[in-house]
Parts: sequence; C-alpha cells; structure tokens
Amino acid sequence: MKQYFTRKLFIYLLTFFIAVTIDWLIPRFMPGNPVQVLLARASLHAEAAKEMYSYYTKAFGLDLPLWKQYLNFWIAIFHGDLGTSILLFPQPVIKIIMRAVPYDIFLLLPSILLSWFAGNKFGAFAARTKWLDNTVLPIGYILTATPYMWLAILLGWALAMVFPIFPLAYASSPAMKLSFSWMFIGDYLWHWILPFSSLFLVMFGGWAIGMRNMIIYELEADYSHYLEALGAPRKLVRRYAFRNAILPQVTGLALQLGIIMAGALVTEVVFSYPGIGYLILGAIQNQDFFLIQGCFLFIIIEVLIANFLIDVLYIIIDPRIRIGMGGKSA
Amino acid sequence: MSLKVKNLKVYYQTLKGDVKALDGATFTIGDGEIMGLAGESGCGKSTLSNSLILLKPPMRFVGGRAELDNEELPIWDMEKMNNFRFKKISTIPQYAMNAMNPIRKIGKMVSEILKYRKVDFKSTLPELKRRLDLVELSHDVLNMYPLELSGGMKQRMVMVLSTLMNPSLLMADEITSALDVSTQKAVAKMLVEFRDREFVKKLMVITHDISILYQIADSIMIMYAGKLAEKAPTSVIINSPRHPYTKLLISSLPDIGVKYSQKKLTGIPGKPPLLLDPPTGCRFRERCPVAFKKCLNEEPPFMEIKKGHFIACWKEFEKNA
Amino acid sequence: MTKPKKRINEFLYFALKNKRLRVGLSVVLFFLILAFIGPLLTHYQWDAYVGPAYHPPSYEYWFGTTTFGQDVFTQFILGLKASFLVGIIGGGIGTLIGVLVGFTAGYHGGMIDEFLNMLTNIVIVIPTLAILLIISVYLKVRGVLIESIFIGFTAWPWAARAIRAQTFSLRSRDFVDLARISGIKPLKIMFTEIAPNMMSYLLMTFILQFGGAILIAATLDFIGLGPTNAISLGLMMNLAVLWGALPLGMWWWFIPPGVAIAAIVGALYLTNVGLDEVFNPKLRKL
Repeated sequence: MKQYFTRKLFIYLLTFFIAVTIDWLIPRFMPGNPVQVLLARASLHAEAAKEMYSYYTKAFGLDLPLWKQYLNFWIAIFHGDLGTSILLFPQPVIKIIMRAVPYDIFLLLPSILLSWFAGNKFGAFAARTKWLDNTVLPIGYILTATPYMWLAILLGWALAMVFPIFPLAYASSPAMKLSFSWMFIGDYLWHWILPFSSLFLVMFGGWAIGMRNMIIYELEADYSHYLEALGAPRKLVRRYAFRNAILPQVTGLALQLGIIMAGALVTEVVFSYPGIGYLILGAIQNQDFFLIQGCFLFIIIEVLIANFLIDVLYIIIDPRIRIGMGGKSA
Repeated sequence: MSLKVKNLKVYYQTLKGDVKALDGATFTIGDGEIMGLAGESGCGKSTLSNSLILLKPPMRFVGGRAELDNEELPIWDMEKMNNFRFKKISTIPQYAMNAMNPIRKIGKMVSEILKYRKVDFKSTLPELKRRLDLVELSHDVLNMYPLELSGGMKQRMVMVLSTLMNPSLLMADEITSALDVSTQKAVAKMLVEFRDREFVKKLMVITHDISILYQIADSIMIMYAGKLAEKAPTSVIINSPRHPYTKLLISSLPDIGVKYSQKKLTGIPGKPPLLLDPPTGCRFRERCPVAFKKCLNEEPPFMEIKKGHFIACWKEFEKNA
Repeated sequence: MTKPKKRINEFLYFALKNKRLRVGLSVVLFFLILAFIGPLLTHYQWDAYVGPAYHPPSYEYWFGTTTFGQDVFTQFILGLKASFLVGIIGGGIGTLIGVLVGFTAGYHGGMIDEFLNMLTNIVIVIPTLAILLIISVYLKVRGVLIESIFIGFTAWPWAARAIRAQTFSLRSRDFVDLARISGIKPLKIMFTEIAPNMMSYLLMTFILQFGGAILIAATLDFIGLGPTNAISLGLMMNLAVLWGALPLGMWWWFIPPGVAIAAIVGALYLTNVGLDEVFNPKLRKL
C-alpha cells in the first residue's frame, strides 16, 4: 500500500514539475516583451518610457539570467506570489484569481457531481428497460456530442433572449453588491442556472452512456449468471452489476477532468461568468502573461488534487486493489 | 422421486437459423443416483444442463417436458423457475472459479443471496459452517474476497453454496476440467459425499472425462450431436458398451500400463456434424463403422433394450430382435 | 480459422444490415459531400462583405449574413471542410501515436509499460492549452494543418489507453501463446495473430479520435486559438458571440455551426455503436 502511494505521489510531483515548467516557459517564449506590452498601454513620453522600462524589467525580474528566473519562480510559488497582472495592473495575480475561484467552485462542483450521479443512475435504468434504452441512448449520445459552448449559446439564446427568463451574462446584476444576503444569493442563482445547466447536460449525456454500457457488460459476467442460476431476483443482480460498474466510472471521472475544465472555460466565456476560464480569455486577448501563468497554475493544481482524491477514493471502494497489494493468496 | 425428462428440445437462435443443439432428450434419474453425462464438445450436454436451470436467449425452448419429483419444471419461464432454483434444482457451473462477485466479501454475498431468497442467514450459518468443514475450507473464507482464494478453494466454496439448500437435483458442469489430478479426486469424492449425506438427492455430472465417471457415477449417459446415444449403469458402459460410438469412445481411452509404441493410440476419425442443418437419419452414421442403409434414412429412437440399458442404434435393435 | 476474406464478407453483411451504422454513416457522408460540393454552390468569399449586415436567411443569402455583411452559408461550407480536415488529420495522428504507445506498452509490459503509462498520465493532466498558447503566439500564421498536428499530439492518450487494454487481453490469449511456442518471431506474431483481431478496435478508436478532434478543434477555435487564415465552425461561433449575435438574435449565425458539429460527432458515435455490434456477435440483436 505504501509503495503504491509513494509511486503515485512521485508521478504527481513529476507531472506537477513538468507542468509548472511549461507554465513558466509561456511568457519567456512570447516574442515581444511583457513589459513593452504593459508600457504600450500607458502611452508615455519616450524618456519616461525608458525609465519605466528598466524599472519594470527589474521589478518583474526579467533582467536576471534565465535559470535564476526559473528558480525565483518556484520560490515565488511557494510564497503564494504569482506576480502582478498586466491587464489589471497593479493587482497581484493571486488576488485576481482568488476572487474568481469561488465562482468556479460553485459552478463546477455541483455540475460535475450532480451530472455524474444522475448520469450513472439514468444509465443504469436505461440498461434494464428497453423503452428507456431507446430514449436515453440517443439523447445521451447527442448531448455528449454537443460542443460545450454551443449548448451554452443555445441555452442562452433560448432562455435569455427568446424567452427572457434568465440573464445572459455575468454572475450577478450590476447593481448587486457582494454580500451574503438572500437577495444576493437569489440573484446569483438566477445568473448561475444557465451556465450550470449547460455544463450539466453535456456531462450527463456522457456519464449516462458510459454507465449503460458498463452495466450491460456486467450483466453478461459470470457472477451475474451464477446469481441467476441461484434464483436471485433481478433486483440483486442489478444491484451487484451497478456496484461493479461504478468503479470504472470513478476512474473515468478523473480522466475527464481536463476536458471538463476546457468545457467550463468556454461556457464561462459565453456567459461572461467571472470564473477562471473567463479570466484566461481576457488574459489571452490582452497578452497578460502573468495572469495566464497564474490561471494555469491554479488549473494544474486543481486537476492534480482532484485526481489524487479520486485515486484515494478508488482504493477505498475497490477491494481488489487493496487485497492485490497485500499480495495475499492462499 | 426422480427427474423425468421427456423429449426435451432446446435450440440456439442464430442469424443463420436454429442450431439444434438438444434435439429430443428422454431419460430419468432416480433418487440417490449419480448419473454421468459424457460426450464430445458440442454434443449438447451443457445445453441440457443449462436448459434445466437457466434457459436464456439465445437458447429457445422448442418442446418436451421436464419433471422433478412429480412437479413440472417451467423451464421456459424465467420468473416461475425461480421458485425451483437453488432450493430444488441447483448447479455448480463450468465457470465456478469466476462465479462469485469479485468485489464482495464471500460471507456478505452468501447472506445477501439468502436474504433475497427469503432464507434466514443467521439460522443457516451453523449448517454453512459445517459444510465448509466438510470441504476443508476454513470459516475465515467468509470474510475474504474471492481473489484471495485459490481456484480450487473457490470451486469448493461454490459447491457449498450451490448445495446449501439441499436441492433435489444438482448438476455439476465440468467441475474437474480445470483442476489437477489429485484435486480432481478430492472434488469427485466430495460429490459422492454430498449424495451419501443426502445434501443432494440426484446428481448429474457433466464431463468429457469418462475416468471420473468411472469412479463415482452409478450410470452414464452418452450424448452425440444433440441426441442421446446410450444410457446404462457404469460398469456396462465401461466394460460392455453396445452403441458403436460408445465403443469407440471407451476404446480410445488410454490404458494404464500399456506402452503406445506397441499399440497406437487411436481416436475416432471424422468430426461431428454441424447442427444448423443436421443430416437425416442417425447423426453418427458418417463415422460409424457398422452403419447400414437404414441408418441413412431413419433416426433411431432412444429405447430400452435391457433393464436400465437404453440405446439408439438400428444395428443393436436388430441384434436384440 | 475462417479465412480473412470470408470474415470480411461476413462483417460487410452485418454492417450493411445494422441500422445504427447505416444512419450514422449516412449523416457523416451527407455533411462530407456538402463540404466538398459546397464551395461550388457559393461564389462568395467567406470574409468578403457581400451584402447587407444582420440579414436573416433569404433566397440570396441562404444562411443570412453576419454583422459585417458576410455570407454565413459560405462560412458554414468552408468551416465544414476545415472541421473534416482537422478531424481526419488530427484524429489520424492521434490514433497513430496512441496505437504505437498503447500497443508497445501492452505487448511488452514491465518497465516499458510503466514508463509509457507514466508518460500517458502526464500528457493527460498537463493543460495542453498552455502549450498551444506558446505555439499560437510563436506562429503568427497558423493553418488547419498545424492545429491538426497539435490536436493529434495531445489527444492520443485516450487511444493509447484503449489499445493498451485490448493488447493486454489479446496477448494472454491462447492462440498467441501457441504462436510463441511454435517459435514465430514476436514481430510476426504482432502482425499475423494480434493485429487482425485488433483491426475492428483500431477502426473504432479512429472514429472516436476523429469525433474528439472535431470537438477539440471547435473549442480551440472558439477561444481564438485556431487557424488564423481560415474559417471554421468553431470560429464562426466565436465571432458570433464576440459580435453580439446573441443579444441581436442572429440565430442563423450561431445555430448552423453547432448543429453541424453535434450532428457529425453524434453520427460518428452512433456509427461506433453500430460497428461494435457488427464486430461483437454477442451484441447483435436478433
């Protein structure tokens, strides 16, 4: 068991290391100079520009040799310092990101978890009733084939323009101030529904189909046949099949995280929802390298942590791994 | 009390048509009898046992009747058969080593099965433990997962579970095929013990290994290409078989102590017919050394030529007449 | 063993009978043909200002016009072509790499498998968006080819995993052991024993990669990281959202591209299900 975890940890650290290195490389690879971009915004007098240039170059540490910059980067990360944003100068990147993180969590966590549970349940139902299978299956395939942003656009158009029930953009009405009042929460939820539904529906399709296929596979397994031979009622056979089929779905969740993140990104763009995805878009368009860097760092960390948690969960629910590691066998 | 099967026909549905895997089986197994069922691969022996306990698509019930202890077995009705399964008729399947849910502790699985079959686990537990002792399994297995057990242990566990409710009829399908010789002997002995202690009243042992049947079976039934060829007490089948197929089968078995440099080990030349479109007349005629004109046109019925000795062969009928 | 030719014929027979396969392929074929003959149906350039802006579908402009007065139908047709190109090239590259990695890992096992597994996991987790960003800024002018290559080089892990699992299960089958015992060289075993059984799997993997590539391309195009010199379906949606098609209710600009993608990818998935039924006799409905 210990060996298993140390090995997993090693891989995660290695991945983290490689990903962070790539992340650090982004601004360095950009032709042109981040400082120049910054200065271009503030159209300064030539003399003043020169001064500001050297000041900022020093401030961003761009005059140091590359390897030193790299080291400093790592040190800065561990201090929670992700640099200063160019787009929203002079706000520190970490502050900008932290403002967006809660919005992301409230959008992603419910949509991922609910779609996973609901999708699995529906997939299981579809696997056992013919008429349900004939309806759930095509709907599921269409949903999972739908690009995230298009469903977002569709929902936005249908439910915010054609039938103006929900708002089209942002997470709260302009006049609302951030607070824990019921009014704010209600307003937020009203804005939240469309992006949430969009994400939920696409993911739901995928899980439903996956689960349906897994259950069909399990129902054909030897142990299912044996149960039937012992006269076990359908309920028990289905229960065992479900329990066994859930396992690959858990791993599937870990694997899908990268894709889901990309989907969330485009959904936020469509609805101008102030999550990290929306930040990234603005950063890309304005070439704010430090913001891009910081956002990606956050995403990397989120994905790795989620993967790790799912790994732990999987060990808990699949006894074969635990037993296999003990190396026991009569 | 007995198992009476009359003219049972079960076909396999395929896109090309029906495969006549079991085409009219008629036989009886009495209380306390261990009947061996032997034959080549594809002769229909597994179809026979599966149709009695779990007749599922692509198997299709075509006709015939099966009666257990004077009750008709509604084998075509999955739901109604549940009343008989496990309690009156049970099986040790061919895939016994994979028959248990890999992610459930064995004890938990047993308790759940019993619960769903409306049997009280607590009161059954002492008997379960006694049976485990009988097959030399420690009580600890109830707390283990299937993958912690060896193949032989899993098989013994399945044997215990399948017979827990003292079924009237137990079918053991190729349960010794995957085992080494000494374990084979132990398992075969266990089957006999189950019968002797009346855990099961009637036993059908399906195998292609006649030597096992020689050890434990009271009678042996030989099948060929979906039809019954011969059924007789074990000693008769082994020492004085009358059906040409049985004769060739027995003589093709290697003997102990014979060196095959002197005497060649012969099989039976040819292959069994495809059952999608079986030939007319006797299905063995192509490979039969004594086939004659009648065998080509008419199918021999499965008839009793001596007390307890059934056969389907025109040649042998002639001899008797 | 059934002769290969007979087996292919058997598959063709079931393939033509399979409803899902027929429907799926027809839809894909329909759009494919549209993408090819489409350019003949329109005489506009996709980015030329050809008519009145904000114009809904009409006889002159079948799919209406954009906020700049460009012909949406032209954009749609050319976008279709781009999507198919990315799908085939990107999907093809992804399948190729995935097969190489997965097969090698599955066949050899041991250290090679460990290493390749690690590689696969890392590529899955790393935000490939970051890498694309670097590339996108370095290469100011990007074409469909570059995008396809990129997608192929980042989407292969899924194929690798599937192929690896299949190789594992095939490797331990008896007929392979038999070949090994009879002394046939490993490479020959790979081609003559294992590969034919994998053919069906390879085809299905390619179809999934194809569909996946189209989706990924749409996403990349949508956030502006797609080809710079061509129009694509994702880019259409990007422009539409960017230039306020939503509040302006210009549904003809953003609905067709999404419908096309969903229809093509959905049809590909359906085809896959049909293929699975054809190749796996157990799933065939009687």
